[in-house]
Amino acid sequence: MAKSVLIADDEPNIILSLRFIMEQAGYDVRVARDGIDALNQCEEQAPDLVLLDVMMPNKTGYDVCETMRANPAFDNTRIIMVTAKGRDAEREKGLAMGADEYVTKPFSTRDVMSQVRTLLEAPRQP
Amino acid sequence: MLQGWVILLVALIYVIMLFLIASWGDRRADAGRSIINSPYVYTLSIAVYCTTWTFYGSVGRAATSGIGFLPIYIGPTLMVLIWWFVLRKIIRICRLQRITSIADFVSSRYGKDPVLGGLVTVIAVLGIMPYISLQLKAVSTSFTVLLQYPEIAMPSDLGRVSVLGDTAFYVALLLAAFAILFGTRHIDATEHHEGMVAAVAFESIVKLVAFLAIGVFVTYGIYDGFGDLFTRAAEYPDLARLFTLGEGVIEYGEWFSLTVLSMLAIMFLPRQFQVAVIENKSEDHVRTAMWMFPLYLLAINIFVLPIALGGLMQFPDGQVDADTFVLALPMAGKQEALALLVFLGGLSAATAMVIVATVALSTMISNDLVMPVLLRIKRLGLSERADLGFLLLSIRRGSIVIILLLGYTYFRLIGESYALVTIGLVSFAAAAQFAPIILGGVYWQGGTRRGALAGLSAGFLVWAYTLVFPSFVQSGWLDGAYLTAGPLGLVLLKPYELLGLTGLDPMTHSLFWSLLVNIGLYVGVSMLDRPEALERSQAALFVDVFKYSEEDGGSRFWRGTANVAALRTLVARFVGQARADRQFNAYARSRGLDLANMETASPGLVTFAEKLLAGSIGAASARVMVSSVVTEEPLGIGEVMEILDETSQVIEYSHQLEQKSHELEKATAELRKANTQLKELDRLKDDFITTVTHELRTPLTSIRSFSEILHDNPELDDEQRHNFLGIVVKETERLSRLINQVLDLARLEAGETDWQLESLDLSAVLRDSLDTTSQLFKDRGIALTVECPDQVPHISADRDRIMQVIINLLSNAVKFSPREEARVTVALRPDGHGLRLDVKDNGPGIAAKDHGAVFEKFRQVGSTLTGKPGGSGLGLAICRQTIDQLGGRIWVESSPGAGATFSFILPLADAKAAE
Repeated sequence: MAKSVLIADDEPNIILSLRFIMEQAGYDVRVARDGIDALNQCEEQAPDLVLLDVMMPNKTGYDVCETMRANPAFDNTRIIMVTAKGRDAEREKGLAMGADEYVTKPFSTRDVMSQVRTLLEAPRQP
Repeated sequence: MLQGWVILLVALIYVIMLFLIASWGDRRADAGRSIINSPYVYTLSIAVYCTTWTFYGSVGRAATSGIGFLPIYIGPTLMVLIWWFVLRKIIRICRLQRITSIADFVSSRYGKDPVLGGLVTVIAVLGIMPYISLQLKAVSTSFTVLLQYPEIAMPSDLGRVSVLGDTAFYVALLLAAFAILFGTRHIDATEHHEGMVAAVAFESIVKLVAFLAIGVFVTYGIYDGFGDLFTRAAEYPDLARLFTLGEGVIEYGEWFSLTVLSMLAIMFLPRQFQVAVIENKSEDHVRTAMWMFPLYLLAINIFVLPIALGGLMQFPDGQVDADTFVLALPMAGKQEALALLVFLGGLSAATAMVIVATVALSTMISNDLVMPVLLRIKRLGLSERADLGFLLLSIRRGSIVIILLLGYTYFRLIGESYALVTIGLVSFAAAAQFAPIILGGVYWQGGTRRGALAGLSAGFLVWAYTLVFPSFVQSGWLDGAYLTAGPLGLVLLKPYELLGLTGLDPMTHSLFWSLLVNIGLYVGVSMLDRPEALERSQAALFVDVFKYSEEDGGSRFWRGTANVAALRTLVARFVGQARADRQFNAYARSRGLDLANMETASPGLVTFAEKLLAGSIGAASARVMVSSVVTEEPLGIGEVMEILDETSQVIEYSHQLEQKSHELEKATAELRKANTQLKELDRLKDDFITTVTHELRTPLTSIRSFSEILHDNPELDDEQRHNFLGIVVKETERLSRLINQVLDLARLEAGETDWQLESLDLSAVLRDSLDTTSQLFKDRGIALTVECPDQVPHISADRDRIMQVIINLLSNAVKFSPREEARVTVALRPDGHGLRLDVKDNGPGIAAKDHGAVFEKFRQVGSTLTGKPGGSGLGLAICRQTIDQLGGRIWVESSPGAGATFSFILPLADAKAAE
């Protein structure tokens, strides 16, 4: 069964590009337009991995990450934070919130792809 | 042999001699070789304290109350002990401030207040009048008694005489003439009346010699020395009691109050102040006076008891008034020459007192009472008159005549019913009222003008009420019930038992009450009062006189500008051209100044001129005159305090420190605030950069992603390839637009934009903008209403910039329009002196709290309804910068759910040109 990936971002063109490479790699792709949408979709069916944009309307990526990590239902869901904020402090914050990886925009599609792949193949260490 | 003409001739010769001495003294003074610059002359002049009261009255008092005459001499002897501190300090103050009288002193101390000076003058004149009448009484009595020689008859036996037949009246006129001749020759009162002092010193010798002569005559002529005299007196039981204190002769309380009274009198009687302070030539003279004056008092008192006892034994039947024993004893012994000498002694005691007192009083009347009033009456034009010296002299001469006539009146009304001593004590008690405000003024900086006014006037009123009014009863002018039952039957107001205070003799009673209210009000009011700047600075100059002892100490408290020539003219008008020139030149020499080439006077020179004038017309008037020629910048109380601070005023200093540290705290707080603002600015700049980077990264991400996808997937079909390339192009455009806008805004904010200002028809610009954006409206199916007149008044603006603003507003309206039934209304119309454009949409609206924020850069106000709006977040910021720059105003009116209206107003070209 194909692994599922949720793309949470509010920039249509970025969603489009991420969706393209994820589908190309054979993953089952879903899309959320803001933080609340992202959480709802996760509740509906826990994805194997979330590509989570930090700067989203209604609920930021940090909040979404925190909520998910507080819920044991998502213990097996990998989270990659994607953000245009490139500071080390932001990266630390993201990882502290429980993100597995942290990707800075503008990212390389190949890097994102290999990180997604790595995370989905390796079992999650609690 | 002692016929009237002989007595008159001798008296005349004596007076002429005095006059010669006086003019010799004046001539020597003019020549700069003063004869009074001697501690002995100084001491003898202070002995003006011993008047006819001493000469005749002491014996009179000793005859009734034994050693009861002594407190009047013990007081001064005690006071002398502290002269080195008190008197010397007052002398120093008077010299530095060029003070002319006791009234001037008080006025000067309390902020150069003319009212206070006037009050002191009035009190002094009224208070001293009894004293002067006492002299008249003594001289006329002694003359009348002597005239009866060889018979010994009392004036009271001769019946009442009319004014014109009254010796005392002629004595008064004679003394007036005498005082005028002696005391009003000069005009600068501070230049010392050297001739007068010389004459007074000489008179002190005459009266002492005369009194010692009669003493020796009684003790060794009539009796066989002290031993014999006292032994014989002891045989009379009536006389023995005179040697003891208490037991009805003189109470301890009275003894004490008389001592206190005379302690104050020796300092504060106007004539004592005159000779001891004003006429003082050197502070060192005080040192000699401190031992020599008590010695003089001892010498003139040593024969008082022997003469009194001798008189009582010689005239046992009480026919002879004890006040005339001094004269009656030699007459009874047929010693004509001695009697004449005694008469001269009494005359000298009287003339010395009257001359000094009237000169002192007339100076006060002219300087502190009349001149301040005259100078203030603009109509008289006195401040413009060229020479006021003559006027001053006339006022003083007139005052002398009036004072003596008043003294004579008092004598006619009261004098005959009282003994000499009692009359004198009334004056002493009046002078004592000056003590609190002078001693307080010299040692307590807290004493204020209002405090002094309150204390002095209250003390004076109590004095008049408890001492003077009762004497009117004695002379039959007031009903006796006033004394026994109180005025209008009010027992508590009985003048000798005020508020029910009994058991005190009238003098002690009066002294107690008057000084109590005097000191109480002076201290009380002063402590509640806030002194003015001048009061403060004068207080400091007085109390700390030894600290500010340079001549122009006062100038530290003065700031202003004055013309040197104007100052010289002013001073010359009062003291005469020659003297003014001399003084100014001396000042210039001592300071190394060249007055001829000096236009603006230094503060020191102005102070110097003021003090010169003060010497002639008193401190208060001098101040008025000087301020008429200078442009004064009055010192504020704060500045005076600051000046005082420099000189170790510990309390004030710590007050300043407190203020300084307070200021420091304030500065620190301001610094902290500035720092916070800087940090805030820094944070804003950081935010801006972060935001800009963020905004740049977003399109860049899309561009990079799709470029990589295109690169890695050469097998993509044409449609998809075309689609992705389109995204890359669009995002690239977005990126460039963003960069342009950031740069644009930066330039606008820095004011570095090139403005192509031209006269614009805004309606044409609006139509062009609508054309440009028409496709947007069509795409979204928005109903657009345009209200635009064919022509509107021109504005002055940069066409491209203003179009950018309009397009921005239009595309914002499109962006926020609802998907269904979207309506946008654009209206252009003149509004007041400007042109107004409204762009109204029916979108989600903006909360009131965000109305300001929407114009800030990157402050896109999104909501659940709108999601993330497109655009850079810089558009409205640029709009605002542009409109501001063009002198207009941009704002939004909106509430959530009710759409938004963005409006701006730009000033008309005409209005702008008109400015």
